[in-house]
Order: sequence, then structure tokens, then C-alpha cells
Amino acid sequence: MSTRLAKQGRLIDRTKQVTFTFNGTSMQGYQGDTLASALLANDQMMMGRSFKYHRPRGVVASGAEEPNALVGLGQGNRFEPNQRATTTELFNGLTSVSQNHWPNLEFDIGAVNTALARFLPAGFYYKTFIHPKPFWKHVYEPFIRQSAGLGKAPDKDSRDADTYEHFYHFTDVLVIGGGVAGLQAAKAAAQSGAKVMLIEQTAHWGGRAPVDGGTIDGAPVDKFVEQLVSELETMGNVTLRNRCMGAGVYDHGYVLGYERLTDHTPGVQGPRHRLWRIRAKQVVTATGAIERPLSFAGNDVPGVMLASAMRDYVVNWGVTPGERVIVATNNDDAYRTAITLKQAGVDVLRVVDARDSAGPLAEEARQLGIRVDPGKAIAKVKGGKRVKKVALCNQEGIGGAREEVECDAVAMSGGWSPVVHMWSHCGGKLIWDEANAHFRPDPERPPLGANGEGFVIAAGSSNGPLALGEVLADADAAGKAAAKAAGCKAKRTKAPLGETTAEAPMAAVWLMPANADIQLRMKSWLDFQNDVKVSDVQLAAREGYESVEHTKRYTTLGMATDQGKLSNINGLAILADALDKDIPKVGTTTFRPPYTPISLASIGGEARGEVFQPIRQTPMHNWHDQNGADWEPVGHWRRTYAYVRPGESVHDAVNREVKNTRENLGLLDASTLGKLIVKGPDAGKFLDMMYTNMMSTLKVGKCRYGLMCSENGFLIDDGVVARIDEDTWLCHTTTGGAERIHGHMEEWLQTEWWDWKVYVANVTEQYAQVAVVGPNARKVLEKLGGGMDLSKEALPFMEWRDGQIGDFDCRVYRISFSGELSYEIAVPASQGQAFWDALMEAGREFGVMPYGTECLHILRAEKGFIMIGDETDGTVIPQDLGLHWALSKKKEDYLGKRAHLRSHMADPERWKLVGLETVDGSVLPDGAYAVGEGINANGQRNMIGRVTSTYYSANLGKGIAMGLIKHGPDRMGEIVEFPGTDGKTYKAKIVDPIFYDKDGEKQNV
Amino acid sequence: MLILNCPYCGVDAEETELAAGGEAHLKRFGPGSSDDEFHDYLFMRENPKGVHFERWRHANGCGKWFHAARCTQTLEVFGTYSAQTSEPPQAIKDAISARRPGWTWRDLS
Amino acid sequence: MSEPISALNHASYDGIARIEECGLQGMITLRGDLSDKVLAKAVKDATGQAVPGQRAAFVDGDTGVCWMSTDELLVLVPYAEVEAKLAAMTNALGGTHALAVNVSDARAVFRISGAHAREVLGKLAPVDLSAEAFQPGQIRRSRLAQVAGAFWLDDEQTLRVVCFRSAADYVFKLLKIAAQPGSEVGVY
Repeated sequence: MSTRLAKQGRLIDRTKQVTFTFNGTSMQGYQGDTLASALLANDQMMMGRSFKYHRPRGVVASGAEEPNALVGLGQGNRFEPNQRATTTELFNGLTSVSQNHWPNLEFDIGAVNTALARFLPAGFYYKTFIHPKPFWKHVYEPFIRQSAGLGKAPDKDSRDADTYEHFYHFTDVLVIGGGVAGLQAAKAAAQSGAKVMLIEQTAHWGGRAPVDGGTIDGAPVDKFVEQLVSELETMGNVTLRNRCMGAGVYDHGYVLGYERLTDHTPGVQGPRHRLWRIRAKQVVTATGAIERPLSFAGNDVPGVMLASAMRDYVVNWGVTPGERVIVATNNDDAYRTAITLKQAGVDVLRVVDARDSAGPLAEEARQLGIRVDPGKAIAKVKGGKRVKKVALCNQEGIGGAREEVECDAVAMSGGWSPVVHMWSHCGGKLIWDEANAHFRPDPERPPLGANGEGFVIAAGSSNGPLALGEVLADADAAGKAAAKAAGCKAKRTKAPLGETTAEAPMAAVWLMPANADIQLRMKSWLDFQNDVKVSDVQLAAREGYESVEHTKRYTTLGMATDQGKLSNINGLAILADALDKDIPKVGTTTFRPPYTPISLASIGGEARGEVFQPIRQTPMHNWHDQNGADWEPVGHWRRTYAYVRPGESVHDAVNREVKNTRENLGLLDASTLGKLIVKGPDAGKFLDMMYTNMMSTLKVGKCRYGLMCSENGFLIDDGVVARIDEDTWLCHTTTGGAERIHGHMEEWLQTEWWDWKVYVANVTEQYAQVAVVGPNARKVLEKLGGGMDLSKEALPFMEWRDGQIGDFDCRVYRISFSGELSYEIAVPASQGQAFWDALMEAGREFGVMPYGTECLHILRAEKGFIMIGDETDGTVIPQDLGLHWALSKKKEDYLGKRAHLRSHMADPERWKLVGLETVDGSVLPDGAYAVGEGINANGQRNMIGRVTSTYYSANLGKGIAMGLIKHGPDRMGEIVEFPGTDGKTYKAKIVDPIFYDKDGEKQNV
Repeated sequence: MLILNCPYCGVDAEETELAAGGEAHLKRFGPGSSDDEFHDYLFMRENPKGVHFERWRHANGCGKWFHAARCTQTLEVFGTYSAQTSEPPQAIKDAISARRPGWTWRDLS
Repeated sequence: MSEPISALNHASYDGIARIEECGLQGMITLRGDLSDKVLAKAVKDATGQAVPGQRAAFVDGDTGVCWMSTDELLVLVPYAEVEAKLAAMTNALGGTHALAVNVSDARAVFRISGAHAREVLGKLAPVDLSAEAFQPGQIRRSRLAQVAGAFWLDDEQTLRVVCFRSAADYVFKLLKIAAQPGSEVGVY
């Protein structure tokens, strides 16, 4: 059984007990435990079940690479699936549940899959779920959906209760990884004066070196780490962060650091995660190495564990995963585990070494009384929910002549793979190291930065060297090189001297025994999380999947949440062997960020809830909100769709506003309309290029409606232009268009006509603008007083004046988008609310009502006025909308003019704007297409047009619409059919788009 | 995520402050141009693997457009320069030659 | 004229830094040739300050001038004086090609103060706000999460942030989140 030892546990505080639950059972651990070490201390060997076959699984590693021990953490709004027990720090009240089983962990119906395993090899789904065809939709897909997904998704009604943030950080040197290599690299870099940041994913500094032993400068590793950390803490140019994982390295020195602030201290104020958005001149990756498992039958039975992990559990947390342990290895390092276990009082039955001879560590083990069996292998581990016994055999051979040994845990070591993820994310290349049988960074081919030079340097065991002395020397050199590359001068200091027992060469053993028969290979796991076995990779190779990327996708090797950290290399080696190729020829799959999964919320940062995106507010926003506004998003703005009174539906409110504005008086908050000041000696010339019509001839005091096209000829905006003085114009844009059109103007001024003397300023938000609309518009303004003459004679239609209305300095535009008598009045934004209040107050006797955007739309549609974004969609030209009158024939050039001459633009077959009136007075569905005779090549009915705007007009008592119809203007009176998505076919008559006051008498009074 | 130095305000701006504006040094064709000329001006673009010239705007910054010369393959930036020019200045061309001898782009080299 | 009201009417918040909406600030966008003597004199007359160089900000309280671009300055004057100052400026610039417009009401201004002021902003703007990189006397235009903004340091522990008026509510909420208790970063 796995149990807590009486001694050891450098990371736990035995005076502080912690209570937590696993599957509802209350358990005890110590402060400093991980969930994994605490579960082991409680003899909870089995921690979950595998994804595909539902096999019992226990923890196999002790860190970020863990594939098996995934749990659901927390409850309610804080529930999160697929959290690694090995990286979860224990705290009081932690609740965890195991995954992938029903009804419970011990008894799982889905485990039937493991009995069927031989029928579920790689590619099973691809091959099986093809025939018969109708089965896909009704049988296969529902079945697959049922079994898909790892862990349990949080309840659909739950909402993440925590906050998250980003932080932008800039540094000369970023060191990723706080083991001895990272610490030494950071110090070497910092001594140059460079600004250094060091991040470490765990809560502890020093990495695994304190567990592995040895001395540095004559002192124990722990001591060295302690001193080095306190030294770095005192350096003003060094920032240290633990619980902060290097998640990804990107172009131009951009690195994401994922800091877990309160995962281990729930209830503490502040954000849960912080995503560091770091820009580093140089990045040192000191990310260490990960031990590989060995592939033998039953290597996934709970109790089989990485040798290094087992050592970690003993030394760091004072927990032994077993009482009678067998160690299997192809290298010397695993002997450290045997020795550690033995010294902790655990019975180490034997070390099974695939090699014929080992180094001094083996001798040390023998002297402690441990039996060492060279040239031996594990043929099979027996046991279901935990290890019961192990069958041993010769490494050479197919696995016959077995000897069975009873035991309760197996430590395995297949050698070490440098963590090259950070090196590789941004394009760093790898080379194959024959001696250590691993890929390591190729220093000749680093990721390239903005200056075309490498910006990542690998250090320590992530760079290949595994012995303490070499690691420290390499890290020291890397730190200095990084400082130099960042433009600092490194100090000439000596690297600390690390000493450990020398090791004999490892042997590349990818399968135990070397020629294991198929029965064994079918039980030899490569990818523990996705249940990929040696036999699956071999099958893929036989079926022609020669590319490693194809094999990955076919077998799902390395596609689980651990992304194959543990044993991808084993899989590659098996594939290489099956293809009879060298491992470097087969290559690796691509390493992509993030290193381990990070919370989606941390990527979103602050952008959630009410600041998910900016909501732009006019000066009268709060008034609208308090007066029944039904909001409509227009770009980032919020505009009032309609002001809904108690007891009214939105539709009722719209109809009321529509009638009242035509009959009495309406107020519209038009502040969102863009307002651009264009000034300079060349401003007229410039606006003549920007607009399709002539703006240079506009007289001071007058307004003109203008159209803007892109260089491609398509309509991009419209609005009223007012000439303010001899060299100043004010251009109104659409609500969503102010920034876009401002940018458009600046683009042409800066990049094409840079010698033209024109300045543009965006003054959109300087003004609150109110449209005062309806037969009583003049009356209410005259009542407010102020001395401005607003008569037809003094301020005719399409003119503007500055003046005073009531107490307010304002600019009054006599323009109309409704066909009514209308004044659009701009006052300073800081007085917008007061002005609105004054209008509401004075307008009471004239039947004033505010109206929203839907009413605005209906009023303009009744008049046949187009709306950018409704009648236009980026493919519509002015000619389509019957706006020929706005296309200047006098001007030699304007944006879009040349484009309008292109053959397709002049094509008479283009759909053209018409009015549409349903035969029965109903409202046409928005966006519906008109169908004509015949069918197209896809067997669909031919389309001859579409609805662009459609409303119920309360003034006319019927549905009205506009649309683009092929040959439309020539087909007045014809009936066209519009099939709706509701299955009905709507019939509408083609009519003139002006439905109301065709002669425009109402606006011109 | 790129960093480009804005030649107007001097800031090393990261990509989130910038807006990309496509290929640089297009010659505008307006009324009077042939269909082919106008078509090429609107739609035909270089798509090099290597040296490229682009327009960028420091949109969340000083608002100015500028030009950048960079390598589309390695993302190396050879330099940024004024938008008010119809071809890259000699210093930029020299900087590219130093890093990519024999480079060509349209009729430049 | 009725009493003018700023976007958030002096709203404030206390977290790891103090956030305040500063109320109305007179602001003039001035575009022109920054090397022009007439323009320099107009700026001097309005603010008492010289024309700032690239990314410089000469601000004293509610008066000053900030470099916004190669052909643009942001002139700060007391709100009550903005119309008069603008008229004087426009008058002085009469013969030159320049554009001066009142943008006081188009903006909102926030003050972030306290030992963690730099950190609060460092969560929202992709800018190096360390003391080595950013000092009083400099202005930086950038983005605040998803909207444009400009900021300068009044002193080591006080930042002033300018954004569009319509985004004032968004920016205030952003700053409150960035200044929430327990969110100290601890790097500056």
C-alpha cells in the first residue's frame, strides 16, 4: 500500500494538518502536499480511469507531465474538470472527484471497453462508423458524443466566480524555470546589470536537484538553492515569480507567463490567475527534463510510476507509493530511487536493468542490499486496480521464461527527455542526441527575433546535459550569453561546481522485452491518457501512416491534455522501428503553446462581464436607461431601440413613437453620428476626392448630403456635410463610421496626398446632438427662446446656423432623415443632458416623445432613404440604389469613379433598389430572397433579389419594405415571390421606394 | 506578435497597438487608366517568402501610417520608415542587402 | 449656459490605488507645423509652455501641453477658459495652416494615484511603465484594454489618463478591476 513515511518530506509541514475530500471521502494531508501526494498518503492508489478503455489509473508522475491523475476540483461556480492532482497544492476544504467512470471509480460500466480493447484498435472509429450511411446521424454520432469529452463540463448555469487579469512586463532577460539551472542562469544574467525575470511553475525553487542529491560548491543542493534565492531577492534588477508557468514563447520575444495566484488559497482577495504578457530581449529556457516511462505490458496499472516521481514522493512529501518495490530501468539514474526508497525503509525487491552493466550507483545499491538484475526486463505487471505482482524475463527475447515476484509498486525509468517546448514554440530546431537517446535544442538553429538573431537560449537539462556539474556550467554560460545578447556586459565569474556520482551510459530501450510478442505489446501503454499502445502505433505504420503527424492523428498519440510530455518520444521510437527508419528521420510532432492547459479566463483577462467589450455611452445614456430604453448595439455604442412604457410591448412603443413623431414631436439622441472637422486650403479638393458628389462648391452656411465610396466603388458611408467657413467643413458620418471614416481620411492624406494642406479632427464626442423632429419642432424651439431665428426664411432646409436656444450655445442643422420638419442641434456634450431635459420640459405641451432607432428606421424607410448597412453590404454601388444624382459628372476623379466604369459595375443585370409592398399588407421577412424562374446548377431556385429593409409602418397601416431586385425599376407593379424560412411564400408588389409624402412637402415648411 | 518601431513617435509598438495596411508602395490608378492597370492596382499583390514592404498604422498610438520592411519567413524587421515616400529609402535597402544579399522585390533590389 | 457635467461627475474608487474621474478639463487639439514660430507663440500664450518634443508632456495642474503626434498637440487649459483660449489661439494662427478645436467635452480624464498606480495601468496598456522607461514629463498614447487612451505621470505615484468621453464608463470599470484589493503585482 502507499503510505506516509515517518520521516522525510522536505516540502510538507507536519504540524499543519489539512482536511480535504476525494469522491466525498474526507481525508487528511499536510500543508505543502500536492493533491497527488496526499491521496497517496491515504493509500488512494487509483485516481481515475482512462479515456477510451476506462482502465483503472493511478498517478504516474509528480509534476506537470502527469497524464492520469486528472480530477474535477471545486464545486458549483468554481468547479473545474481535468485538473492535475500533481500540480494541485492541497488546502483546507479542497474537494476533488475522479473522472471517466459511471457509476463510480471502483465499479465502472465503461470498463467493458477494456475487455473489448482488442476490437478497438487505432482507427477503429474511422473504419467502423462509415456504413450504413444513415447510421451516422442516428446511431454513431449520438454514441460518440455520449462518450466524448474528458471529465465533466461545469454545470451550464454556473458562472466563474473569480476575476483574472493581464500584466504587461518588459525585461532584458526572461528565465523560464526556477530549478538550479534557471536560478544560476538568472544570477549570471543579473550580475551583468540586465533586468531579469525568473519564473517557476511550481511553488518551490530548485527544481528536482535537491531530490537528486549531490553537492554544489561543497554544500548540499538545498542550501545552495536557499542562498541563491535570497541573493536574487536582494537584487533590484531581478523579479522572481513562482507559481508562474512559462506557457508559450512567440514572435519577437513575446512570452506568456501563467501565474496562479489564489488556486492554493481560495477565499483570499484578488484575481485568481494573472497572465503575464512579457516582452523579453532574450529568453533562457531552463525547463528541465522529464523522465520517460518504459513500455512493458501493464505499465499503466496503478502503482507503476516514474522512478523520479517515486523519489519525489518520498523526499518531498514523505510518502511511499509502495512497501515492496521493483525498479525497472535502462539507465543509472533510477538507482537513485532504489537507494532513496531503501534508505527510507522501503523494501526494494530488485532493480531490473535492461543493460548488461551499470555504473557506481548500482554498486551503491548492491551495498545497501538491493538485488540488481542486469539484462532483465519486466514482461508484465499483474493486477487490476493496483500492482499485485510482476513477471520478469530477459530483456533480449520475446518475454518467455518468466519469473513472478509479488510486489505493490513498480518504478520505471526509460531515460530523460529535455523539455524543449519553450525552445520549439517559436521555431527553434532540435537535434537527436544518440548518447542520451533524446532530442535536444540545436544551438545553431534557435528561434529568430526581430533583428534576425536568435532570442532563445536553452540552459541546463532542457539543453541536454543531465549531470549536476554540467547543468550548472551550461546554465551559467547561458545566463551570461543572454545578458550579452540583450546588450549588457556579463561579469567574468566562475560557475558553481556541482558534483554527483558519475553515471554509466544509458541504453535506448523502447520496449520491454525487446521483442515482446503481440499479447504484451497490446498491453504496453505509450499514451496513458488517450490509451495508445505500442500495438496501435505499429498498426498505424503497417497501414501506411509514415508521417509522424499522420500517425499522431490516426492513433491520437500525444493528443491528450498532457500533449505527450511523458512518452511521445517512446511513440516516435516505436514508429521509427516499425518503419525501419532512424528516429531523427521520423522527427517529432510540432510543439505548440500553451505548455500545459491554462484557464480560458486568464486569456480573457479583465474582458468579461460588464467590461467584456467597451460600451460607448452618449451624454444622455443614463436618462434613456431610466426611461424605458430597450437597447440596441450599434458598433460599440448603445442606442435606444425604443422607449418602452409600462404595459407596452417593444412593438407597441415603436408604433407609438412612429405616429407621434409624424403627428406631433419626437426627440432623437443623435450624438453617436460621427462629426469630422476637415480644414485647410486643400480641404475642398480633398473632400471632392472623398465624396462622390461635389463638396468644394458648397456655400458657407449650407449642408449637402454626400456619399462615400471605396476605391473599389462600393458604398462605405454617407452623411450630411456642412461648410463652416472658407476652409473648414464638418462631415457627418454614420454612427458606426466615425473612427473608420476618420481613419480613411487620414490614410489618404498621409499615404497618397501628403502634400495637400488638410487637417482632420474627430469631434464626434464633443457634442451631444439632438434631432428635434415633427410638425411641432419649430414651436418647441421657439418656446425655449434664446433669440435664434428658426423660420423657414432665416434657416431654410439644408442650411445650418450657430446661435442660442434657451441657455444653450448650439449649432443647428436644418436637415431631415425622416421627411418631417427637423432640426438637428449640437450642444457641448457636458450640457447634453440639460438640453435634453429642457426640450422634454418645453415639449410637453406639444406632445413630445423621445424616439429610438427603430422609429428612425421606419421613418426613413417610409421616405425611401437608404441606410448604410441595410441597403448596402459592401457589394452595393450608388447606381444600384438610384443615387446617380449624387455622382458628380464634373469631377475628373473621386474615390470609386474609376471603379464604376468596370464592366461588372455597369452591368444592367445588377440588382436595383425598389420599394416592396406585400399583397396582403403583412411584413416581409428581413433578408428574404426573391426567387425567379428556373433552377441553378446546384438545383436551387434562381434568385433575383433580396429584401434589404422591412418594417411595419404604423403611419401607413401596412408592411413596407425596400429591396434590391434584378431589373427592379423596370418592373414596377409586378408581383415577386419571397420564400420565408417559416415555409410560407410571401408575395410582394414592386413599387416606388418612397411611400410617404412623395413631394417632400412636410420637411420643407 | 510583432514589434515595430513607429518612426513618427519613436515607440516600439507591439502589434496590438498597430493596424496592418497591406502592401506598400502601390501606385494609384484613377480615371484614364486601362482596365488592366486598374485591376492590378486594386487586386494584384506580391506574396513573397522573404523580403516584403508593408504599410502599418500606429492606430492605438500617434495615429500615423508608416512603412515596414521585413522578412515574411523569419519575421526579421529590416527597418521602418516614413509613409510619405513612393519607394524605400536607400538606408533601408542597404539594411536589407546586409542581411539578404541579392534580394529583389517587384523592380527593387 | 447650464452647469456643465463631466462624463462620470467625479466618480472615485479606492483599491490598491485611488481612481478618480477628474471632472472637466479644458482641452484643445492643435494640429499644425510644430516647428512654426507662430504656432509656438500661440501655445506659449495659452499655456506658458514651449512646444514639447517627441512624446513630451509639459503639464502643471490643469494647464499644459502634450505632444500627440508629429503634427498634433494636446493643449490643456482650465475648463472655464477654454473658449477664450481657443479664440485667441485661432486668432493668432489666422495666417497659418493649422487646426485648433475644442475637444474638452469629447474626453474624460482619470487620476490613478498611490504606490501601485503604475501597476494598475500596466494591467491594461501594453507599455513598459517601469521607472526606467516612463517618467514624469513623458506622454504615451496607447490602448487601455480595448479602447484608445493617453497618459502621463504627474509625479512618481500619480498618473493621469485621458480617454474618449463615451468610453469613460468602460475605462472607469477597467481601472476599478485593475485596482481591486489583493491584486498588487509587486514589480514596480
